[in-house]
Amino acid sequence: MRNLGWTILLAIGAVLSLLAAGFAQDVLFQTHAWVVFFALALGTIFVLRKVDFAGNAAPVDKSGYFDDPIRAGVILTTFWGVVGFLVGVVVALQLAFPQLNIEPYLNFGRLRPLHTSAVIFAFGGTALITSSFYVVQRTTSARLLSDGLAQFVFWGYQLFILMAASGYVLGITQGREYAEPEWYVDIWITIVWVGYLILFLGTLFKRKEPHIYVANWFYLAFIFTIAMLHVVNNLAMPVSPFSMKSYSAFAGVQDALTQWWYGHNAVGFFLTAGFLGMMYYFMPKQAERPVYSYRLSIIHFWSLIFMYIWAGPHHLHYTALPDWAQTLGMVFSVMLWMPSWGGMINGLMTLSGAWDKLRTDPIIRMMVIAVAFYGMSTFEGPMMSIKAVNGLSHYTDWTIGHVHSGALGWVGMISFGMVYFLVPRLWGRERLYSLRMVNWHFWLATLGIVVYAAVMWVSGITQGLMWREYDAEGFLVYSFAETVAALKPYFILRAVGGAMYLVGGLVMAYNVYMTIKGKTRNEKPIAVAHVATAQPAE
Amino acid sequence: MGLLDKHGVIERNATLLLVAGLVTVSIGGIVEIAPLFYLENTIEKVEGMRPYSPLELAGRNIYIREGCYNCHSQMIRPFRDEVERYGHYSLAAESMYDHPFQWGSKRTGPDLARVGDRYSNEWHVQHLKDPQSVVPESVMPSYSFLADADLGFDNVKDHLVANQRVGVPYTEEMIENAEADLKAQADPDADWDGLEARYPKVVLGDFDGDPARLTEMDALVAYMQMLGTLVDFSSYDAQANYR
Repeated sequence: MRNLGWTILLAIGAVLSLLAAGFAQDVLFQTHAWVVFFALALGTIFVLRKVDFAGNAAPVDKSGYFDDPIRAGVILTTFWGVVGFLVGVVVALQLAFPQLNIEPYLNFGRLRPLHTSAVIFAFGGTALITSSFYVVQRTTSARLLSDGLAQFVFWGYQLFILMAASGYVLGITQGREYAEPEWYVDIWITIVWVGYLILFLGTLFKRKEPHIYVANWFYLAFIFTIAMLHVVNNLAMPVSPFSMKSYSAFAGVQDALTQWWYGHNAVGFFLTAGFLGMMYYFMPKQAERPVYSYRLSIIHFWSLIFMYIWAGPHHLHYTALPDWAQTLGMVFSVMLWMPSWGGMINGLMTLSGAWDKLRTDPIIRMMVIAVAFYGMSTFEGPMMSIKAVNGLSHYTDWTIGHVHSGALGWVGMISFGMVYFLVPRLWGRERLYSLRMVNWHFWLATLGIVVYAAVMWVSGITQGLMWREYDAEGFLVYSFAETVAALKPYFILRAVGGAMYLVGGLVMAYNVYMTIKGKTRNEKPIAVAHVATAQPAE
Repeated sequence: MGLLDKHGVIERNATLLLVAGLVTVSIGGIVEIAPLFYLENTIEKVEGMRPYSPLELAGRNIYIREGCYNCHSQMIRPFRDEVERYGHYSLAAESMYDHPFQWGSKRTGPDLARVGDRYSNEWHVQHLKDPQSVVPESVMPSYSFLADADLGFDNVKDHLVANQRVGVPYTEEMIENAEADLKAQADPDADWDGLEARYPKVVLGDFDGDPARLTEMDALVAYMQMLGTLVDFSSYDAQANYR
């Protein structure tokens, strides 16, 4: 009676959300409960149809690796990526052309969290869970601790994405950046995350290799640190068990630092440590070279996770946060440059002796540019955390540009590399549908990021300088509205850069789809003809 | 490099890796955050600060719901241009009852920490309905639906109680009168004595131009009109709170 347990669990969940809709104290909570009810009811029907009532299916072979959620994860990573980039282009256009706002549900204020969460948590989170399931099995030579728990973690996380996304559009938010979901969604993701920790740690416990491979250190640090950050930052008092609204446990200054301690380490551990785990597995694999330095990986791991936690206050320079905390945050942010570049060097130098692959293998090219962007944004970040620089850059588009060179350049590119690596292997295909399309994706994405980041530098510095511009008589030169008007061309150009990145994502989606279908594109191989023309004379 | 060679012990023991990692990532947060709960300058009380009136709280919740913080900060930095543009730099005490804080991180639009009392109610309503009609360069979306939405805040008492539980000093009297206060603040015919005594400096009267209805527009404008107005900076002594 396979799947029967799941059917019952989903049905109970559906009934509970129906009850929540019935007892709801406010309309938003009720609407949200209905959304969850329909999702779970559909899930129930879907799984029910797969229940083997006759009991005559062959028993599952549990000797190999468990790859079902990984296959689903690769597809959903691609899907959420395209969704996140698309919403990004939409909000970029809304800033250039405010007529594109459709009140109330599709106003910028509601769509912007949808964009950030779709990219960070839906695209990035799914990529992390998917790749960690793959990596931990391959590097421990052990099957995941439990098939059921793995399915629960994977699909439970997808339910979290659905609840968060539908909540934003409805106007359900805590008003904390990158921690917008309300208290009941927070509780749900906490349950899923504890399951994730048990699953990952349990798989490490039953490993058949004596050593825990470096990629797993990073994945593990990502999992437990995110758990700590999430729980503390989301401590809140709900108005009632049947109301969507809660009030943060902290207020003012304390709340601000707790939030940015969380916010900066969502960058540090979600978008950095987790993806470094990805880098440490997929880059050596694709390059067919060992990791450059084992010692560097030890130093860089411990110093990175130690220092990142301190950097949060640089989001609060010159605010009402005490000066000593700001300075401490700045000092650690600058020091953080070193472990970050330790990671970059370890990644790049892994290509020693295999640099020629850059010419022939667009997948390794994608991974290399990812690490290059990681290096650039981890230089830019410490620079922006210096108070004198931050005085100019804070509150402007410079910050937005910085975030995107990290998110599009590092997180996006390394994830694309991971997807291209996994698809042929998971579906047993000889190769991708088209390597030339990977090359197209590479250039669209890279040029898109360059346009985006450059435009945001100009926009941010322009605005920062205009705000503080004084004339000879000592009067402010520009009204705020004039600074907004000055940015319009940059807002349009930014949308162009984002659209290029989106088109790259669509090219990838097509390539992945065709590969899964088992097609191969009839095309010329890349650049092999150019190598080895000059031979030394004998 | 003898120390690094010992790392093999951690690599062979998942529990040790977990514990050592947890300790490593806990230190920074504890050192930076814990002191904020007892240091004088982060918990100081400043004359004039009071909890939000029920209507202001409802307005603040709408401000959060619509994601205004995505484009507007509420934190004036101590720079010459900012102080000139927006007013006195923000004090820690001014957000002491803010659960959550709404300092923001981006100024696509201007800072709002002291927007209270700067524009008329009519200006705010017109601006929220059609921002470009009063500021042609603006890229702000329209929020005209707020004027048509009745303020659904039936469980206002529960909201005050929830705030009280996280430390906002709402008195029993405030909670008892929450519903009446909510309606009275935007009602020109109401008796305002009790409300004014409970919430000094509260801005009274119809906000949205429709005295017959209590709308979300009333609440949001009531909130905007009190932002940054509670502390009297003509008598505020910055030296006394020097950090």
